Amino acid sequence: MGWKAGDGPLRVAIVGAGPAGFYAAEALLKQADVPVSVDMFERLLTPYGLVRHGVAPDHLKIKTVTRAFAQTAAAPGFRFFGNVEFGRDLLLADLQKHYHQVLFTVGAQTDRHMGIPGEGLARSHPATAFVGWYNGHPDYCDLEFDLQQETVAVVGVGNVAIDVARILCLSHEELLETDMPEYAIDALSRSRVRDVYLLGRRGPAQAAFTNPELKELGELATADVIISKDEAALDELSREELEAANDRMLARKVEMIAEFAAHAPAGREKRLHLRFLVSPLALVDDGAGGVGAMTLGRNVLHRSASGALSAESTGETETIPAGLVFRSVGYRGMPLPGVPFNNRWGVISNRRGRAIDTETDETVTGEYVAGWIKRGPSGVIGTNKPDAVETVAAMLEDAAAGATWGPSAPVETAVVALLRSRGVEFTSFDDWCAIDNAELAAGQAASRPRVKFGNKDEMWRCLGREGGRAAG
Amino acid sequence: MKVSAVLASKGNRTFTIEPGALVEAAVATLAANNIGAVIVVAGGGLPTGMLSERDIIRKLASDPSTLERTVDEVMTFPVICGSPDDDVESVLRTMTAERFRHLPVVEGGEIVGMVTIGDLVKAQLAELRGVAANLETRLLES
Ligand SMILES: Cc1cc2nc3c(=O)[nH]c(=O)nc-3n(C[C@H](O)[C@H](O)[C@H](O)COP(=O)(O)OP(=O)(O)OC[C@H]3O[C@@H](n4cnc5c(N)ncnc54)[C@H](O)[C@@H]3O)c2cc1C
Ligand SMILES: NC(=O)c1ccc[n+]([C@@H]2O[C@H](COP(=O)([O-])OP(=O)(O)OC[C@H]3O[C@@H](n4cnc5c(N)ncnc54)[C@H](OP(=O)(O)O)[C@@H]3O)[C@@H](O)[C@H]2O)c1
Repeated sequence: MGWKAGDGPLRVAIVGAGPAGFYAAEALLKQADVPVSVDMFERLLTPYGLVRHGVAPDHLKIKTVTRAFAQTAAAPGFRFFGNVEFGRDLLLADLQKHYHQVLFTVGAQTDRHMGIPGEGLARSHPATAFVGWYNGHPDYCDLEFDLQQETVAVVGVGNVAIDVARILCLSHEELLETDMPEYAIDALSRSRVRDVYLLGRRGPAQAAFTNPELKELGELATADVIISKDEAALDELSREELEAANDRMLARKVEMIAEFAAHAPAGREKRLHLRFLVSPLALVDDGAGGVGAMTLGRNVLHRSASGALSAESTGETETIPAGLVFRSVGYRGMPLPGVPFNNRWGVISNRRGRAIDTETDETVTGEYVAGWIKRGPSGVIGTNKPDAVETVAAMLEDAAAGATWGPSAPVETAVVALLRSRGVEFTSFDDWCAIDNAELAAGQAASRPRVKFGNKDEMWRCLGREGGRAAG
Repeated sequence: MKVSAVLASKGNRTFTIEPGALVEAAVATLAANNIGAVIVVAGGGLPTGMLSERDIIRKLASDPSTLERTVDEVMTFPVICGSPDDDVESVLRTMTAERFRHLPVVEGGEIVGMVTIGDLVKAQLAELRGVAANLETRLLES
């Protein structure tokens, strides 16, 4: 029996406390047509997903979006359960007993591969791991990156690649202005990295990074941006496209790249080489099982019938030194137990936010998605807002039609009892506020914006709950 | 943004029809699934044409027996196909310039979806809204 008006609130479980989850919670709690209560489950102790563990530690302003999320968390009818992982601590069948609907906003938890020889050599890493590490993500905080290498190649020219390259080039003073955990500041301050190569497979007009992020590279205290004039120049197809696009921002991007190319380097300590029209073909073993160099193939652009420009190999190759490699060629969603998954796109199978059966395409009652696990790993934080609003509209429409789960125990206390009975030590939103305050206080003491805790144990200790479940 | 990002939340099914089928059958498929076009495919291969509501109506205006004709007599061909890796902006420009509204998407010799010009415009708009929402965050805090 589905939910109907008069039954009490529509009980919604949201799995994943990133931007998509919070924007959806806000949309659910702000409307007045259907009374809603939201329980949000998050596998980490802390909320905010990639705003905490993805967004670069020197981009503090955009992180203030969390103030709006905290307001949502304070709304009546909202509860946060941290350290609760769907698939480990809670299963679909549990949610079906206690909720009318579930919304998955679990983001993209893994990375894409390049599919080239040598990708698995030592010192070849996904950007996801490095990003998680410098941002204090508990899954990655124990990793080690060999920053004694002098040359680093970052594959891809999206905003994540730019973040990674920039972080590698920060001076000690610039590092202190970030909210990184101390271990990351220490390691990065001791770094001997001198040359960072950012590798774009297409040309300047197809680079995925955005203008403010490009501009910032030119403002680094101890790094020069180096672009060759040849690679900054547009080929015929890009020139035509740029003209047809009539897009001021794109024109500006191309112009900025040309300006970098025209500038003589100032002789700073580090060099950030932005390359275009090159594809990694192989990572070369240094003889000891680690990456020592990278073979690149040169590309030309090709226009398909649909008008898109793609990279085609010219057959020419070159080799660049690379003692450390980060592939930043995109994130990828992972399947959840019992939830339909589309392996081609790496998302939960869905039509405009309603989960659908992967084989039959039929709507699956009660299950919804928003954010990166709905549309794939692209878009800025704000993009998740219209995306979540679309899904919430579908949820409310289905609820009004009674097309929901029929939970046997739709009561607030049930899930708390269930988690306790399973020995799951969960955190509340108040716990998060305590962690938040402690990190801010540590920041103040060190004249830094924030000092993130370096691992889960430190957080449990901060909460006075050493007994907290340490396994993850 | 790439075409794959638009396809990811569109469901997994694409609607196809054989070139030898009757237009009547195509109309039934369009109506039953609330869609504007079907991809014409001979024997499960790559698209050979597209049949849209517009194609049918245009033909009906001059030929009342259109519904009894076969799909290949009414369809639009050749058909332009895209790839999941195509940039949405480039594809949109082509669709506008060449005046077609449905793009079958093909990868590894297989049809993996179809996007309409409406899907692409909507996705672009959502992206712009997202950027605007980000700007709002920064402004509110400065
Ligand atoms: C490195 C990087 C930097 C970025 N920088 C910026 C930027 O500067 N500005 C900007 O606007 N955008 C930026 N973005 C984009 C932005 O972060 C994303 O658009 C946004 O975070 C996606 O939101 P989401 O809620 O879908 O996923 P996420 O933010 O990934 O949130 C998903 C949440 O679900 C949780 N979860 C996962 N699995 C489970 C499970 N089984 N059970 C319970 N919980 C689970 C995760 O722990 C996580 O907290 C960046 C992205 C990356 C990768
Ligand atoms: N400051 C910010 O606002 C900020 C910061 C970080 C992230 N974000 C957002 O988060 C989203 C994800 O960012 P992202 O950088 O992970 O993804 P992205 O923007 O999609 O960039 C991926 C990059 O990898 C390249 N690539 C993919 N496969 C490749 C291959 N096999 N070989 C070589 N290069 C390959 C792509 O090139 P092609 O274009 O040729 O495919 C592209 O340059 C984006 O929407 C981004 O804007 C925003």
